[in-house]
Amino acid sequence: MSVQLELDILRYDPEKDGEPHYQAYSVSCQDEWMVLDAINHLKDHVDTTLSYRWSCHMAVCGSCGMMIDGKPKLACNVSVRDYANRKIRIEPLANFPIERDLVVVQDDFMEKLKRVKPYIIRKEETTVEEGEYKQSPAELKKFKQFTLCINCLCCYAACPQYALMPEFIGPAALTLAHRYNTDSRDQGLAERHKEISKPEGVWECSFTDTCSDACPKHVDPASALQQLKIATTTQWYKELIGMGGK
Amino acid sequence: MAKVNKALFWSLFAAGGTVTAFVFPVLALIALIAAQGGMPDIMGFEQMRGLLANWFGKLVAFGIVSLALWHAAHRLRTALHGLGIRADGVVSFLGYGIALLGTILVGYHLLQI
Amino acid sequence: MPYVRPVSKTTWYLANRSYTIHMINELTSLFVGIFALILLWGIGAVSRGKEAYEAFLANLKGPGMVALLWITTIVVFYHAIAWFKVTPKAMPIQRGEEFVPASVIAGAHYVVWIVLSLVVLILAGAF
Repeated sequence: MSVQLELDILRYDPEKDGEPHYQAYSVSCQDEWMVLDAINHLKDHVDTTLSYRWSCHMAVCGSCGMMIDGKPKLACNVSVRDYANRKIRIEPLANFPIERDLVVVQDDFMEKLKRVKPYIIRKEETTVEEGEYKQSPAELKKFKQFTLCINCLCCYAACPQYALMPEFIGPAALTLAHRYNTDSRDQGLAERHKEISKPEGVWECSFTDTCSDACPKHVDPASALQQLKIATTTQWYKELIGMGGK
Repeated sequence: MAKVNKALFWSLFAAGGTVTAFVFPVLALIALIAAQGGMPDIMGFEQMRGLLANWFGKLVAFGIVSLALWHAAHRLRTALHGLGIRADGVVSFLGYGIALLGTILVGYHLLQI
Repeated sequence: MPYVRPVSKTTWYLANRSYTIHMINELTSLFVGIFALILLWGIGAVSRGKEAYEAFLANLKGPGMVALLWITTIVVFYHAIAWFKVTPKAMPIQRGEEFVPASVIAGAHYVVWIVLSLVVLILAGAF
């Protein structure tokens, strides 16, 4: 059994092209292939110039994010059977500058990730003698879902606010900020608040829920961002009356 | 200025959205029935005045009308921005201005009842 | 040079169904605002006395107003349903290690909605 895929892949060579253009490929696929397998086959046997990122082939590394038939997905996570006998477009992740072919420039996200301080922040460290920080299963459950992010950037590709206003810190970075804010070991909410409460922080989010739709790991960033809006508002009111200590 | 207070405007929007979700459908239905003339006793003057005469009724009415206006002002500001109207300062001033005016007016009217 | 793809600031919401529905949801607030102004008008009429209020009711009966009230009623019902749909996302309730299912939270909202609506109908003199 084989599946025929008709692909229009967006190509761009920064040294030769002024603009990206589509190139058509036809691939005979094995039934059980993912779209990534089809692309790998193309590169190995048809067109070695095709550039793209990939690694684990099991939806944990977050490398192979791309627009498949207009939707941001992990190429290793999508079966070729879903697109049998149809012409579909393969493009680099939306809302990012194209480096080359299906490779996007991710520097903007990396910079934003740093700004939200995605690590445990303590006001007072406990000594080694005092023992480890203990956390109950219930305390872990509170934020566990938001730890599952693999930084694949599908949510940024799906977010219309990031498309219209690239200064928006964005779903994944803000979700990670919320992940640390709700970690019982963390004491850094007030410090992260400075970045999050900026106009380009959580307030840019208009709750279209498209980020959660796109997330291949079911992190539900939309939920994190709405919770973050409530937490940020609470912190804002607290600071207003001089009680913003935490 | 309009951007710095996003926490304030957003919390008014969220409160307004919740309040209007709960009470606007039935209130709109009542207004519609009164307009169609189906139930002559509905929304009668004595009934309405009675409800709004005590301070609790005034508080509820004030909350509903004011929060609804702040909700609409904030959400329409976002919507217009999404439609490509980039004059955020003007839109904010007009929208929040109407909400503020409406808030003051409804308070004033309620105090007269 | 990396290539930046242009995005239309005026028609982006037509690109897919999720975006279009989102824009429609945002625009429902127009009718929320309009109805709030109608309530303001009515309250103002009550404050001026019986004659002013009867005039207000007569105004509501005009064909233009009736049409507006039909649209407003439908739109605010839609707003309520859309709002209850997303509320669970903003307020997760954790009981021990489990979260209360979204359907339960939304369901509770609907129950309150129905009870509240009946109370308001009684207070307005419907029964």
